[in-house]
Amino acid sequence: MVTSDLTTPDLTTNLCGIELENPVIPASGTFGYGYEFAEYYDINCLGTFSFKGTTLEPRFGNPTPRIAECRGGMLNAVGLQNPGVDKVISEELPKLKRCFAKPVMANVSGFSIEEYTEVCRRLDSEKQIGWFEVNISCPNVQGGGMHFGTDPESAAAVTKAVKAVTKKPVIIKLSPNVSDITEIAKACEEAGADGLSLINTLVGMRIDLFRRRPVLANTTGGFSGPAVFPAALRMVYQTAEAVKIPIVGIGGVSTAEDVIEMMMAGACAVEVGTANLIHPYACRDIINDLPKVMRKYNIHSLKEITGAAHTCQKM
Amino acid sequence: MKQGIFTIAENKALTPSVYRMVLSGDASAITAPGQFINILIDGLFLRRPISVCDSTPDSVTIIYKVIGKGTEKMSRMTKGDQLDVLTGLGNGYDVSAAGNTPLLIGGGVGVPPLYKLAKLLTAAGKTVTVILGFNTKDEIFYEKEFAVLGADVRVTTVDGSYGIKGFVTAAMPETCSHYYACGPEPMLKAVFSAAVAPGEMSFEERMGCGFGACMGCSCKTVAGFKRICKDGPVMKSEDILW
Repeated sequence: MVTSDLTTPDLTTNLCGIELENPVIPASGTFGYGYEFAEYYDINCLGTFSFKGTTLEPRFGNPTPRIAECRGGMLNAVGLQNPGVDKVISEELPKLKRCFAKPVMANVSGFSIEEYTEVCRRLDSEKQIGWFEVNISCPNVQGGGMHFGTDPESAAAVTKAVKAVTKKPVIIKLSPNVSDITEIAKACEEAGADGLSLINTLVGMRIDLFRRRPVLANTTGGFSGPAVFPAALRMVYQTAEAVKIPIVGIGGVSTAEDVIEMMMAGACAVEVGTANLIHPYACRDIINDLPKVMRKYNIHSLKEITGAAHTCQKM
Repeated sequence: MKQGIFTIAENKALTPSVYRMVLSGDASAITAPGQFINILIDGLFLRRPISVCDSTPDSVTIIYKVIGKGTEKMSRMTKGDQLDVLTGLGNGYDVSAAGNTPLLIGGGVGVPPLYKLAKLLTAAGKTVTVILGFNTKDEIFYEKEFAVLGADVRVTTVDGSYGIKGFVTAAMPETCSHYYACGPEPMLKAVFSAAVAPGEMSFEERMGCGFGACMGCSCKTVAGFKRICKDGPVMKSEDILW
């Protein structure tokens, strides 16, 4: 009998100063405002979750079809559909509060620096919001979103502006659609970001052979799912070498093994996105599997493995 | 919604391209006719949403047309195969709105979800008229099944090879208390224009999750933005923006 089998593995982690019961975080845009999934399981088992990307004004998003399938994943071109920050505060957050008792991550998006700061300013007084996750990487909207995430100066400017309106930790969500993600990461760190989350979706497309037209009405969409995991892992690894601030790993995570791999690459917490759409119980199941998988790989505490894969260990 | 493992009890061709599959398993989450299930298919990433034709607490019957990779794989499945299925998705038809002389209109593979509805309405003693529209004689299925329930069944074919020649609107009765429709969008539009009573229609769209999480299948309605998978697939005719 190995002694590690007798101990309860420690799943806790820390994200920008806030302790998480475990590192599993449903990603924005795959988990609504939480209450939708609370119909299926008690979402208090989650580390936290990142709620649906919120903008200043209500948005319908792009025309349909806005979903396409591919091998090992899918594409979406939803385009930030959300009820707008005021309705989120008056209607969505009260419902969220009734089913989730932990700090929640507020995912915000915008089309100008003023919009990002105004959305954060209005949400800042909401006590349940633990972190802001600033999406500068949405590939499905024109003139905003990813525009800020593909240029180091713009990324730094958004970071600085948001930091000025809140004392809560600010996590910047980065785009993989850049030649060097570490440049953007460093710019955000220097501008005062408390953490980084990566990656958002990769720009992709599909063509309908019968119609000889793109499947998505928006032509292109964000590619996500298990197929992007190696690309995401690589970017988390490289970013972890480039910055000192905490990283949330995102991209194709579907199993407890994927969570651990992301953490070894340098993430202190992990977001699970597309898996929730195929398996509504994905996050709950991953959390339940973690102790067993930790025992298998002789991991006593998840905190210890962040960055473990780096030759010169981070932290 | 419920996730469960179902066993195929039957998978049989009704026409050269339309199949009926009967699945055994816990179907207790299905609460209304017109709801759908979402089937995980080995080797494909997204689940396949298919409307429920009939159900009991421990079985689900679906009728599907082979259109793409998913339905093609389904057509090759055999009795005893197991499937991971989400059941009880969507709102379904409002049976309480039927009145005494409801009209049910189905086009092609829009016919199946009307079957359970017809079953409930005839059992409740309503005078039910059913219009089943197909392109041609070879595509017709379930005419007898609806007739056995006691409904007045009218079949239309576009090429006139069987029944009334023309679209479903060619067989519309002069009056009805309420209508329920499911079929391709041009058919729904034509029904909406020709209808003399209020009604409801079932829509389809490419879906990500099928249970309201991804916002992939949203549409604009008079009553605001709706997710076809969760707030629909059935919409009241007066709410639809054409």
